[in-house]
Amino acid sequence: MTPLLRFRSVSVRFGDVSAVDDVSLELSEGELLGLVGESGCGKTTLALATMGLLPSSATVEGAIDFRGQDLLALSEDERRRLRGDRISMVFQDPAAALDPAFSIGDQVAETIRAHRPVGRREAKARALSLLREVGIADAERRYRDAPHRLSGGMQQRVVIATALANEPSLLIADEPTTALDATIQAQILDLIRDLRRRHGTTVLLIAHDLGVVARLCRRAAVLYAGQLVETAPVERIFEAPAHPYTRALLAALPDRSRPRGALAAAAGQVPDLAAPPPGCRFAPRCPLVRDECVRRPLRTAVSSGHDVACWAAAPAASTAAGEIVAATNGGR
Amino acid sequence: MSETLVAAERVSKRFRVGGGVSRRELHALDTVDLDVRRNEILAIVGESGSGKTTLGRSLLGLASPTSGRVLFRGRDVARFGRDERRRFRRALQPVFQNPYSSLDPRWRVERIVREGLDAFSLGTPAERRARVTEVLEAVGLTERHARSRPHELSGGQRQRVAIAAALAPRPELIVADEPVSALDVLVQAQILNLIASLHRDFGLTLVLITHDLDVVAHLADRVAVMYLGRIVESGSAADVLERPAHPYTRALVASSVHTHRTPGAERARLGGEIPSAVDPPRGCHLHLRCPLAMDVCRGVVPALEPRPDGRLVACHAVSAGETGPHTDPTKEEPHADR
Repeated sequence: MTPLLRFRSVSVRFGDVSAVDDVSLELSEGELLGLVGESGCGKTTLALATMGLLPSSATVEGAIDFRGQDLLALSEDERRRLRGDRISMVFQDPAAALDPAFSIGDQVAETIRAHRPVGRREAKARALSLLREVGIADAERRYRDAPHRLSGGMQQRVVIATALANEPSLLIADEPTTALDATIQAQILDLIRDLRRRHGTTVLLIAHDLGVVARLCRRAAVLYAGQLVETAPVERIFEAPAHPYTRALLAALPDRSRPRGALAAAAGQVPDLAAPPPGCRFAPRCPLVRDECVRRPLRTAVSSGHDVACWAAAPAASTAAGEIVAATNGGR
Repeated sequence: MSETLVAAERVSKRFRVGGGVSRRELHALDTVDLDVRRNEILAIVGESGSGKTTLGRSLLGLASPTSGRVLFRGRDVARFGRDERRRFRRALQPVFQNPYSSLDPRWRVERIVREGLDAFSLGTPAERRARVTEVLEAVGLTERHARSRPHELSGGQRQRVAIAAALAPRPELIVADEPVSALDVLVQAQILNLIASLHRDFGLTLVLITHDLDVVAHLADRVAVMYLGRIVESGSAADVLERPAHPYTRALVASSVHTHRTPGAERARLGGEIPSAVDPPRGCHLHLRCPLAMDVCRGVVPALEPRPDGRLVACHAVSAGETGPHTDPTKEEPHADR
């Protein structure tokens, strides 16, 4: 079966800065995939490239196939027709995503009318039912409210209603709960999960927080400094991470089981993407670094559905994998 | 039990918001009692509007209570004379959340770190320079960093500078407000390790204001959980996080479970929104969202009462014994939000 979305060797540059480097990744129909990484790892850049919202200073190479059709080969007009219709996006800051001058109901209704030949009344009826569906209490009365009258959590619900207005096949949610309080964050994650179940929408969830991904996703992809380092079922990411970066990320999480002050804090810093190291970009910080790492590691399968791009973690011999476990656990 | 260094005693803080006919009061803190014991790491936890930042500022003497008192070594800070006030201000130092905005961009790191020493006239110029070098080293920075300006540093390095500046005047207590929440995971781990080592090596007392329960679990000895200006539960961090008693604490713990899925977490969810601190609900502030709400919760503010295990909990339902800290959270009644 053709995947719904497929990144084929996608690279994005902003002038000298290599923000995304040769990323290949697939999302199958109906899947909820978590894309994880720290600031500047390229996760939002990948999302914007998919949406066709990158600034003109960006150069994109490779292909992004949506239902087998390369989005990068489409005209700007064709991309605009897809955006908000077949593909939509939810951003981190709901206040910035909503137009302060329009009522929340009108924003949802306008999104429908921009893509569908429906009258005002029908658009309004549909907008109302969407607002109800995303949990806006008393939607009838709140329809005319300006966005600023709503809390951050309620604003994010409206943004989600807007994104779902035309029943998109793909929803990209970029840090949708990062700006929200913990108890509200839990509500929004539940909402995204419920909506996906009900509509079968494919979701690409972008998060820096592994906990958010663990809560929602079956599969996760880990990005470091623009490179995809590991893709695996979420349980495997937590229980048997194969890439030294993924391991470092997990070991750095504060946790009651680790003695105070003994978090495994990987040394060094994220590389300057205007002059990244050759080959694997994690190599300068990697405890398992070896000569081959100046060359780009190939993506290899460590188990079913679990791929890693690492010379040291390559499953050529199971003993090699055992060494990594020992080496990384020893560092805790 | 070790000596109390700083304490809030029935501290309330109200701010006027709006003007004219729409003038109202925001209740940032509502009769809060809290003691900070020498050499402990005390975490204050809550969501936006909980008052945790205002409480931290009150302890630092940066916000004066509308009513109630802040005591430093048992003495009311509002009654301090000039010299006592100086000693108090020097003994308590803040570290703020955002290392991008809390450092003066025009100054070099050396001057930022020296500022407190200059302000308190501590030592000779040569001694101050030596102290700056010493604290920069303690936080893992070098002479090269001392000559930089904030914009030339990474986020983690800037937070190290802020910590060095707080350490320079040899304080007894540091109040750190969300010190790692603007940082990426790997950098966050470095700063948390640094905070732990400063606590261990310098015998510092730490008040850690945070929304992140994993940070609390890793670092704190004790924790106070706040909701809309009130402390709803406090006690040893291990007890509170492993067996949260207050329905709000339970929801918070359930919504922040990392790396593994906890059965029952779903059911400890809270529906609804965080009400406005300008017009908080009567009685228990949580009652509109609470799965255990009873009639009494709508009218009477629950007192923070001691439980057998030593923690303090402000909940009528917990007091009535309908549920307790040892109740299996998976057996809790379904949440009431849909």
